[in-house]
Amino acid sequence: MKKNKIIEVKNLIKRYKKAEANAVDGVSFNVIEGSFFSLLGPNGAGKTTTISILTTLLSKTSGEVKIAGFDVEKEPEKVRQQIGVIFQNPSLDLNLTAEENIRFHANLYNLYPYMPKFSLMNENYKKTVSDLAEVVGLEKDIFKPVKTLSGGMKRKLEIIRSLMHKPKVLFLDEPTTGLDPVSRKNVWQYLKDIRKKEDITIFLTTHYLEEAEGSDSVCIIDHGKVVASGTPSELKKRGQSLEDAYVDIIMKGNQI
Amino acid sequence: MREINAIFTIAFRDITKLFRDKTRIIGSLIFPIIFIGVLGTSLQSNIGGNLGYNFLTFVFVGVLAQTLFQSTASGIISLVEDRQNDFAQEMFIAPISRYSILIGKIVGETVVSLIQTLGIFAFALIIQIPVDMESLIRILPVVLLASVFGGAFGVFVMSFMSDQRAANQIFPFIIFPQFFLAGVFNPIKTLPLPILIASRISPMTYAVDLLRSVYYWGKPEYAKVVLFNPIVDILVCAIAGIIFLTVGTYVFVKKEREK
Repeated sequence: MKKNKIIEVKNLIKRYKKAEANAVDGVSFNVIEGSFFSLLGPNGAGKTTTISILTTLLSKTSGEVKIAGFDVEKEPEKVRQQIGVIFQNPSLDLNLTAEENIRFHANLYNLYPYMPKFSLMNENYKKTVSDLAEVVGLEKDIFKPVKTLSGGMKRKLEIIRSLMHKPKVLFLDEPTTGLDPVSRKNVWQYLKDIRKKEDITIFLTTHYLEEAEGSDSVCIIDHGKVVASGTPSELKKRGQSLEDAYVDIIMKGNQI
Repeated sequence: MREINAIFTIAFRDITKLFRDKTRIIGSLIFPIIFIGVLGTSLQSNIGGNLGYNFLTFVFVGVLAQTLFQSTASGIISLVEDRQNDFAQEMFIAPISRYSILIGKIVGETVVSLIQTLGIFAFALIIQIPVDMESLIRILPVVLLASVFGGAFGVFVMSFMSDQRAANQIFPFIIFPQFFLAGVFNPIKTLPLPILIASRISPMTYAVDLLRSVYYWGKPEYAKVVLFNPIVDILVCAIAGIIFLTVGTYVFVKKEREK
């Protein structure tokens, strides 16, 4: 059965102003709807640049990028409606409560009319928030300022928030960087649960290679170019972990 | 509907944050208290006798305009701060127009600046500045214009600032001289030529004069304290405001994506 391509990237090039080399240098890949895709590569390989272009935050130099059939350059607002993004740096407002952060997001996506108080919000919204808070164990802290929450909790809150508008693709840019192992495991457990429940496409960048083991497909980039791609088992030699395979590929590339 | 909901949301975020930010509330009171309470009263007592108008009232209206203008402008600059700690990404990733983000910011910061002027009124009552209530009600519509004009100026300045450090360092240099050039607490009817030029190109000058021209309209002191006809001030604030906003938004949006 042939499934739809939800992300199509063709010969993507990005050169920053005043830069001498291309940060992203002719990258192409496709992501199948509902799959788990990992974009891997060393620091400075062009991962965050690629994600920024795919999420319409940065303009490309040339190439073609389509998300859910919409061109990122021509129809950025339609693209933004289809995606959820977890940024490398937390994008929560620390002075607002957890619930206010969610409310702010829901209103920006026009899911409910804005009300300055939780109690005045739409009943559906209240129910959604309390359900979600229960799922991640945030019931007690939902009305507390975000700055009092732990790192793992903040990340989960960001994930909840990014799923409010039911995006087709969830971009996760190094989502567990800076989290302790327990929080990291927790966040991934939650992400797995979401994937089971909803047919969402996951686009991940990470330095923790074991997080990418479960991907349906992997794309490794270095110096702005694709150096390897395929399923994890295609990339691995017998008995190797994805991390071993990754290190081999990057080392080999740098020798030449 | 979508854009209006977004504008409301962004505006209310700023208002919610004002009530959480005790330092900002206290800070917004300290300046007017120093300007009116210390500077105003000392000048009134020592040299105010033969001016032919009450100096405290003059300073009071000036500080009112300055607070509205400056508070909205610096509130907009906080978008640079948001961009730095990445909260802005949350706004920029939403399926809304960039104009809605900036309009939401201006609406929010305008309301914030209006709330902050309440403290100045309270202080004026306490130290019993002779204020004409009827004239004060008359200035309400132009109070809004002065504040929005400050917001447009903020968008313009912000669009040329690269990061939070630049914003924190440069903004005071842009705003502080304007206190004096705009005549918030010093009469600027006659000035030596270089300062006259600097004064007349300072945007804050027109916000301050706008409030004074409407407040003093029909009063005997009018000719002594007012520079331009209120219509002139309204036109300058409106036209310059539109230019600041258009250029500022254009540059801001362009810089945001084209790195």
